[in-house]
Amino acid sequence: MAFEGLAERLQGTIQKIKGKGKVSEQDVKEMMREVRLALIEADVNLKVVKEFVKKVSERAVGVEVMKSLTPGQQVIKIVQDELVALMGGEQSPINFNNKPPTVIMMVGLQGAGKTTTTGKLANVLRKKYNRKPLLVAADIYRPAAIQQLQTLGKQLSIPVFALGNDVSPVEIARQALEQAKEEHHDVVIIDTAGRLHIDEQLMDELKNIKALKEPDEVFLVVDAMTGQDAVNVAQSFNETVGITGVVLTKLDGDTRGGAALSIRAVTDKPIKYVGMGEKMDALEPFHPDRMASRILGMGDVLSLIEKA
Amino acid sequence: AKTRDSFTSKVNDLVARYRKVDEDFFEELEELLLQADVGFETVMELMDKLRFEVQRKNIKDTEGIQAIISEKLVEIYEAGEENITELNMQPNGELTVILFVGVNGVGKTTTIGKLAHRLKSEGKSVVLAAGDTFRAGAIDQLQVWGDRVGCEVIKQSEGSDPAAVIYDAIAAAKKRGADVLICDTAGRLQNKVNLMKELEKVHRVISREIPDAPHEVLLALDATTGQNALVQAQTFKEATNVTGIVLTKLDGTAKGGIVLAIRNKLHIPVKFVGLGEKMDDLQPFDAERYVYGLFAEGLEKELEKLDD
Ligand SMILES: Nc1nc2c(ncn2[C@@H]2O[C@H](COP(=O)(O)OP(=O)(O)OP(=O)(O)O)[C@@H](O)[C@H]2O)c(=O)[nH]1
Ligand SMILES: Nc1nc2c(ncn2[C@@H]2O[C@H](COP(=O)(O)OP(=O)(O)OP(=O)(O)O)[C@@H](O)[C@H]2O)c(=O)[nH]1
Ligand SMILES: [Mg+2]
Ligand SMILES: [Mg+2]
Repeated sequence: MAFEGLAERLQGTIQKIKGKGKVSEQDVKEMMREVRLALIEADVNLKVVKEFVKKVSERAVGVEVMKSLTPGQQVIKIVQDELVALMGGEQSPINFNNKPPTVIMMVGLQGAGKTTTTGKLANVLRKKYNRKPLLVAADIYRPAAIQQLQTLGKQLSIPVFALGNDVSPVEIARQALEQAKEEHHDVVIIDTAGRLHIDEQLMDELKNIKALKEPDEVFLVVDAMTGQDAVNVAQSFNETVGITGVVLTKLDGDTRGGAALSIRAVTDKPIKYVGMGEKMDALEPFHPDRMASRILGMGDVLSLIEKA
Repeated sequence: AKTRDSFTSKVNDLVARYRKVDEDFFEELEELLLQADVGFETVMELMDKLRFEVQRKNIKDTEGIQAIISEKLVEIYEAGEENITELNMQPNGELTVILFVGVNGVGKTTTIGKLAHRLKSEGKSVVLAAGDTFRAGAIDQLQVWGDRVGCEVIKQSEGSDPAAVIYDAIAAAKKRGADVLICDTAGRLQNKVNLMKELEKVHRVISREIPDAPHEVLLALDATTGQNALVQAQTFKEATNVTGIVLTKLDGTAKGGIVLAIRNKLHIPVKFVGLGEKMDDLQPFDAERYVYGLFAEGLEKELEKLDD
């Protein structure tokens, strides 16, 4: 039950305007209806879709034919370009502190992939950046959350700081930061419990952890399959706790991943990594252009333009 | 149908506050539904039905329209069937087997804990099977729930064959004369062919041991999930003949509207909703209440905005 990509959706309109020298308002309107639909089916938030379509329409009306492209092709290109631009354009590196340790906090809804990503991220930091991370088990609520992180730590041979379920997460984080200094860890990654963005008490807990020592990165971990609600979640976490970046997980699935666009639009924070599997090596840097094509359901935009 | 009446009157009150039920009103409804993740196709179908009904009955006054709206909303969900939330329990003295399936992190294990608690409080003896031998800490997590609820957990070591665990668990449950066996499985994305095959094998082992089993195959769906949930439902249904859905994390701000589309297209009913992380946070699905939450709360918000 895969959804039709934008390419298929636009074929009809594109055929119609093929011979024209200019794209009329009516042509754009027709195409934008399809763009709107494709984005909604890709789970981009409706409000974000509306703004996006408005912006693209303005650019598309009256577009002159470039020598190499037909008007239809050009409209697709505008859509693609705007989408990539909205998604951040460039890849965004990790923000390291020049006075170690660099502190990274993982936050997000329940089951998003925080603990798994904590392990993966530590693995990347050690392998690619030659760092010596300490993982902090600050989820005292979820059954066996600590064991989960400890198991991952063991798999990776990366130490995990834990004080059990009876010490507050803030205190755990405080002691972990001390230990990191003593043992010369240059990165500390704090795995926090999943929580709803509307849970004030637990959101306060995050603020208190954050107040110990301003983290260099606060990553909002978001499930790529998230639907319309992504905007509420991202906005709340960003406003109440303050995030510096996003990790989009479970992108090895077949979701279009429109949440990426929604989150970006409401927080303006970069997506830094994507989770591509359950294993500890399945974390990759985020590519805005690939994500744009994925959301539009177009494997390769160039081949689409050739077809059109 | 006491709930139906109160639901209807609530919707009536609400709709009455919109003085005109005109195109604007329909558009408002349409957008609310899209933002609840119902999905474009189902929303369009529903709006068509509403418009058609309004025309057919030549309704001009708002009162008549109100009744139709509330009626159609529930109708599209219930599709003439009643009591579809009941679990298929075997007669006393026979073992009922319930299998949980779903993608990663949606709430399978937690729901198993809650369901075990619910069944136990109805006087049933329950055994749990730790069929997730893959994810770090998964067995420990289920064991914590088993301890909490007070039921035995049949398990093997991490990395062992899930089908073998389930096979053992069936034997153990039979031997103990348990009423219900609930089987946990590892989360898996539906596009992972090998993992879906593994799940089919688990299903096969259960049916081989007890011909009518599993008596329920419950798909856990995260209410925050967007359109991909439809693909999930379809693929898991093909692999394991899903009999019902548990819609988890409805205590957040997401509405899980995709279950309307799933019900509409695949005829899988929602049996329970998850409303938190505690033992008691599981409730039988109530279509009227759910539909009310889907539409009415949104309408209320829009009205508040208008009032301001
Ligand atoms: N396929 C896939 N699965 C993932 C990915 N990231 C995480 N998972 C799985 O998603 C599920 C939840 O991951 P966790 O790391 O436990 O999520 P969490 O955010 O720590 O969950 P809580 O602590 O309960 O809030 C597990 O089954 C993970 O294996 C990914 O990129 N791809
Ligand atoms: N707020 C809320 N959280 C829930 C609900 N159900 C489950 N959770 C949380 O969601 C997270 C994931 O739940 P699990 O039960 O581990 O999910 P799972 O499907 O077994 O995950 P995997 O086995 O890793 O695929 C945990 O933090 C749970 O506490 C719910 O109804 N509401
Ligand atoms: Mg976790
Ligand atoms: Mg589980």
